[in-house]
Amino acid sequence: MKSAPFEYVRAASVGEACELLARHGDAAKLIAGGQSLVPMMAMRLVRPAWLIDINEIAALRFVSLEKDAARTGACVRQCVVERDQALAARVPLLSQALAWVGHVQTRNRGTIGGSLAHADPSAELPLVAQVLGARMVLRSGSGTRSLEAEKFFAGPMATSARADECLEEIHWPIWPEKRVGSAFTEISVRHGDFAMVAAAAQFELDADGRCIRAAFGLGGVGGTPLAFPKIAARLVGTKLDEAAVRDAAEAATAACEPGSDLHASAQYRRHLAGVLAARALREARERARSP
Amino acid sequence: MSETLHAISVEVNGKPRSFQVPARLSLVDWLREELRLTGTHVGCEHGVCGACSVMLDGEPVRSCLMYAVQASGHRVTTVEGLAKPDGSMSVLQDSFCETHGLQCGYCTPGMLIAAQALLDANPDPTEGEIRDAIGGNLCRCTGYQQIVEAVQLAARRLKQT
Repeated sequence: MKSAPFEYVRAASVGEACELLARHGDAAKLIAGGQSLVPMMAMRLVRPAWLIDINEIAALRFVSLEKDAARTGACVRQCVVERDQALAARVPLLSQALAWVGHVQTRNRGTIGGSLAHADPSAELPLVAQVLGARMVLRSGSGTRSLEAEKFFAGPMATSARADECLEEIHWPIWPEKRVGSAFTEISVRHGDFAMVAAAAQFELDADGRCIRAAFGLGGVGGTPLAFPKIAARLVGTKLDEAAVRDAAEAATAACEPGSDLHASAQYRRHLAGVLAARALREARERARSP
Repeated sequence: MSETLHAISVEVNGKPRSFQVPARLSLVDWLREELRLTGTHVGCEHGVCGACSVMLDGEPVRSCLMYAVQASGHRVTTVEGLAKPDGSMSVLQDSFCETHGLQCGYCTPGMLIAAQALLDANPDPTEGEIRDAIGGNLCRCTGYQQIVEAVQLAARRLKQT
């Protein structure tokens, strides 16, 4: 399996990448880590006439911790985020999710932005972005705009980024309080494979152990990763007892629309959705109780 | 259709190599077919089996998931680069032989690269860390147990030297 011929340009700056995108439109594709794009090109599922390489753009490889958000450049390698202890302390879901992403070799090359822009509905990082309400900063020749995850993910392998836009950075909300806990879990055929179903949750508790903020979601059970803000809101004010957790997991299961494929039937995915949602909610609760 | 050729310069196993390559030539095909470094194996060609693992700037990556043109300006270490300067086997390679860490040998270059990168970063890995490090490499002969033993043996020996 070899890729079809294409023209290759190594962009020296985001500005240059945007210029090239504006010039070549749909015929061009950005390549970051290439861990999803290269296999798709080898299998000829994608055949860009132009490949614009953004790997050498140093401005896309930063991690910056601010008061309310952690900012990561789109081309930060997954292995860099995985090892960043300060980032893990502020946005723990990121490193928790990365423990399930691929293998050493793919995390060394794969990027945070690449995974988000690829928008596989069963991938881990898009689920984290959806659950936390991360913001994607998109740049084009006409300026920048930012989209919340909910607006960014448009469908399976589809985002709302225009053909002339480059994902430049991602803002991951920081929950600054002390009693915050989060958890990520999934079931896949082998560890590191795509999830059949994945679940992520994050809670903040008050001094009495009452939930004052909640977010959770499921991956692999719809066209995009799903967050359930309304169901999460019902957990606020509770002590996250077993009944509340079970209710939330059941409501989320009812709200998802899994499909069937070679790896799992819709029925099995629905079953996993309930089990994993409850597991993530319980783990996040325990971590919030003893942070 | 005539394809555009790109001039690339890559440091391969410590030696600078300059070439003209079409953009779509994968790093592994360049290493094997142009440089004749056939120690790196091509397995699945879509990033699943790990046989083509090489180190890029010291970190293991899959060379079937990179185009050679992307490696320009970087350092690549293949399995040939693991041997000692006189060509004899490295401690890790000897350990694979002694514990029967290979049978058909197809996965071995990828296993060696993954395991060497682990030992470079972590000289005293636990069994779990070893299994995690080779988690992206498929072996259909050994059942992995002897590979894990090989890495453990190499770690013990490297500590003594």
